[in-house]
Amino acid sequence: MDLKFLVGIFLAAILTENYILNKFLGICPFLGVSKKLNTAVGMSCAVTAVMVIATAVTWPVYTYVLVPNDLSYLQTIVFILIIAALVQLLEIILRKYMPPLYNALGIYLPLITTNCAVLGVTMLVLEKGAADPNFGYVASLVNAFGAGIGFLVAMVLFAGVRERLELCDIPKFLRGLPITLIAASLVAVSFLGFNGIVDRLTA
Amino acid sequence: MEILIPVLIVAGIGLLAGIILAIASVVMAVPKDEKAEALLEVLPGANCGACGFSGCSGYAAALSKGEAKVGLCSPGGEACAKACAELLGVGDVAVEKKTALVHCMGSYDMTSDKMQYDGIESCSASTFLAGGITSCRFGCMGMGDCAAACAYGAISVCNGVASIDPKKCRGCSQCVAACPKGLISFVPLKKQAVVRCSNCDKGPQTMKVCKIGCIGCMKCVKSCDYEAVKVENFCAKVDPAKCVGCGKCVEACPRHVITLLEV
Repeated sequence: MDLKFLVGIFLAAILTENYILNKFLGICPFLGVSKKLNTAVGMSCAVTAVMVIATAVTWPVYTYVLVPNDLSYLQTIVFILIIAALVQLLEIILRKYMPPLYNALGIYLPLITTNCAVLGVTMLVLEKGAADPNFGYVASLVNAFGAGIGFLVAMVLFAGVRERLELCDIPKFLRGLPITLIAASLVAVSFLGFNGIVDRLTA
Repeated sequence: MEILIPVLIVAGIGLLAGIILAIASVVMAVPKDEKAEALLEVLPGANCGACGFSGCSGYAAALSKGEAKVGLCSPGGEACAKACAELLGVGDVAVEKKTALVHCMGSYDMTSDKMQYDGIESCSASTFLAGGITSCRFGCMGMGDCAAACAYGAISVCNGVASIDPKKCRGCSQCVAACPKGLISFVPLKKQAVVRCSNCDKGPQTMKVCKIGCIGCMKCVKSCDYEAVKVENFCAKVDPAKCVGCGKCVEACPRHVITLLEV
C-alpha cells in the first residue's frame, strides 16, 4: 500500500466524493450550523473526529465479529449503537478537558449521534473494502479523515456563501431556507467540476 | 438457537459500551455548580450583557463564585436582585435605577440634512456616506437603529431624533451598542440636569450645523454651585453624583440644550 494510493483516497474523499456536496449526506448540520464560520469549523472538527474514531472501531467490529458470524445484516443497528456510545464518550471527555469547545459545540455534539454522514462514512468504506482488496483498515481511516475534511471544506465554503447571502436583497418568497438550498445546490454543482481530477492526479 | 448469536453480539456490544460510558462518566465527572444553575433560573435570560459578563450564565457563574455583586442585572431590576440575594444568602441590596438617554436634541427643526439619502433605512448604513445624513456630524440621524434594537419598545423616533421613555427602559444597553454615533449612555434615574448634546466642535462650527447644539460657552459651569458641570471638548457634561437637580444650569444655558430629567 503506497502513499500515492492513500493520498488519492484522501483527495477523492474531499473533492469528488464529498459527503455533503456529492453524496448529500449530513445535510441537516450543513444547513443548520453553517450560519457562522466559527461554529461551522467547530462542528466540522467534531464530525471529523467522530468519523475517524467511529471508523476505527466499526471496521474491526464488522470484519472480525459480524462477518465471521454471517451477521453483516446487523451492520446498521450495531454501527448506530457504536457511534452513539462514541459520541457520548467524546462529550464526556470534552466536558472534562475542553470546556470552551464543549460550550461552543453545545447541542450539535449530541446531534452528531444521529448524523447520517458519520454512519454513511463507516458503511461506505466497508462497501469500498469489499470491492477492492487493497482498501484495508488504513485506507478506511484515511477515507474517513478525508470525508471529515471534506465536510469541513463544504461547511466553511458554505458559511462564507451564507454570510454574503445575509447582506443580499433577496426576493421575499425565496428568503430563508429556499435561497439557502439554491445556494447549496450551486456549490454542489461547482464540485462536479472536480470529477476525474483525482484519478488523473494519482494515475 | 441460531438467533441467540446475533442477540448476544448486539447485547454484548451494548453492554460493553454502557460499561465504558459508566466508567468514563464517573472518572471524568465534572462537578455541577448547583447554585449557579439556581441563579440562572432567577435571571431574566435576556443575555444582554448589561451586567458586564458574557450572558446570563456568565453572570450566574460569577455570582455563585462570589466574584460579582448582586444587582448588576438592570433588566431584571429589583425583583431579580432580591431573588439573587436570597439564593446567595446576602442581605438586601439597593439597585441603582438607571435609564438610557439619547444625548442629542437635533430634530428636523434644529438641524438639516446635508444630502438626499435614498439608501438603506439604517443609521449605521448611512454613516458610511460622508459620516451620516445630518448636518451635525455628532447628531442623531433618526433612522431608528436604536428603536429596532430595543426589546421593550422604549425608544421612539420623532421628528428626526430618538427619545427613550425612562419608564419603559430596562437598562439592557442594546441601544447603546446599536447607535453608530455613540449618543446613548446611561444616567441614574433621579431628578438631575442632563446635557442633551454630544457635539465636540468649537462653538461657531456648532452654530452652523445646529440651532440648539452646545457651544461650550461655560455659562452652565459658572451657574452651578456644586461644581457638577464641566465643559470638555467644547461640550458640557453633568456629573450625576454631584448634581442635585436645582435647575440653575438649565436656566443659564443660552442654547436650551440642558434639561431636567423627569422622574
